[in-house]
Amino acid sequence: MSDDLIQRVLKVISTSKRIPLETVTIDSDFAQLKIDSMDAVEILFALENEFDISIPDDAVRNVRNVRQMCAGIDQLIADKASSPPAAQ
Amino acid sequence: MVRVAITGLGAICALGHTASEFAAAVSSGRSAIGPIRSTDVSGLRFQNGAEVPDYSHTPYFDDRRADFMDRFAQFAVIAAREAVADAAPEWTPELRENAAIITGSCVGGQSTEDIGFQEVYKHGRNRVHPLTIPKTMANAGASHISMEFGVTGPSFTISTACSSAAHAIGQAYWMIRSGAAPLAITGGSEAPFSFGILKAWEAMRVVSPDTCRPFSKDRHGMILGEGAAMLVLEPLDAARARGARIHAEIVGFGMSADASHITQPSAEGAARAMRAALRDAALRPEQIGYINAHGTGTLANDISETAAIHAVFGSHVKNLPVSSTKSMHGHALGAAGALECLAAIVALRDGILPPTANFNEPDPECDLDVVPNHARAAQVEYALSNSFAFGGLNAVLALRAVAH
Repeated sequence: MSDDLIQRVLKVISTSKRIPLETVTIDSDFAQLKIDSMDAVEILFALENEFDISIPDDAVRNVRNVRQMCAGIDQLIADKASSPPAAQ
Repeated sequence: MVRVAITGLGAICALGHTASEFAAAVSSGRSAIGPIRSTDVSGLRFQNGAEVPDYSHTPYFDDRRADFMDRFAQFAVIAAREAVADAAPEWTPELRENAAIITGSCVGGQSTEDIGFQEVYKHGRNRVHPLTIPKTMANAGASHISMEFGVTGPSFTISTACSSAAHAIGQAYWMIRSGAAPLAITGGSEAPFSFGILKAWEAMRVVSPDTCRPFSKDRHGMILGEGAAMLVLEPLDAARARGARIHAEIVGFGMSADASHITQPSAEGAARAMRAALRDAALRPEQIGYINAHGTGTLANDISETAAIHAVFGSHVKNLPVSSTKSMHGHALGAAGALECLAAIVALRDGILPPTANFNEPDPECDLDVVPNHARAAQVEYALSNSFAFGGLNAVLALRAVAH
């Protein structure tokens, strides 16, 4: 996954959670950032807008850290590029 | 202190159009969860809900009256009519003047608002229908019930998300118990199936993609429901004196606030509400024979509620059946507490504990006797009905069977 993607994800997390960008890294985990379940759904909402993707519930169930989150988004962007636009 | 009898029952929800259809369904463990039909859900991540089957206002209201009522207010009146017909009170001018109406609703007529706002935001029109406000207001159910029966006493609506109806019934119970009202019509109603509201629930990521499996290890969230349930409450002595049928008694009501998080439940808050209901009823935990759980089927609620029940009931838990009828009628938000109080009343009255339907697999974090999938014959004297809301506002009702 690209540095650009990682930077955009870090920025979304810091903006949603209202914490300094420098406190969020690719190696951060959600517990360490004190991201609870409501924070998480807000971040997912912001990521869907940022990348114009739809993130299914079952894709996020086991995501616990920023690296897993970036990898998941990378995959969803790739899936979207390789398939015709789905009806929303 | 005045004892409080439940003399009238009314309901309309996914399980049926009357309280007796509801009773038959919960007592047989039939789940009414299925594809949402009233709204186009092709743009949603979830497709299933618990809607009132084949609903039309036509058998209940003439077209002009229905024009003034959102679906949630129609449900409120339909259930109230049934409850009042069941109780058959002797209406005197004094009774009409002093009777109370207390309803619960979470979203009120937001479906009407949702449609109205599409006109200006989506279709670029310059006006919204003039009945949008009176149809949307959450108190419309109570108002239409008051007009239906010419009841002019204290009437209001409580909105505490998923605890709304339980808070309403509890308040009505206290008003009868204290002598503040001679009769109360109380319960809750909800009709949340419009696209904008469903989209908002989708964003919360708490709605199950298939069905509602409370306390089951493979549960994936809640299923939205709709409908209404209404009760008629009156002093036990007065009800007996006029020979009314008494379905059950309400004997206690407890409330609490979590004061912790806007959506995540707190086991301590839930436990405090159950303890408050027991204290109000002057009951020991060991006297409770059945709990109708809040049991939403979300990961968080069911673990938290289990912990709360363990905290309150200790070793009695192994002898305490706990089921969630949301597995059958869905989560009807502001009507949930009324539908579930009704399920508990039916359990006490008929000696049949409703099951937790759709149950597949025990979860070690939900180690309760959840009455999986099959109703159970058991004559229980006391039951609790739990309601725990987003926002951490909790309400618990304590009920007693009529002695045989």
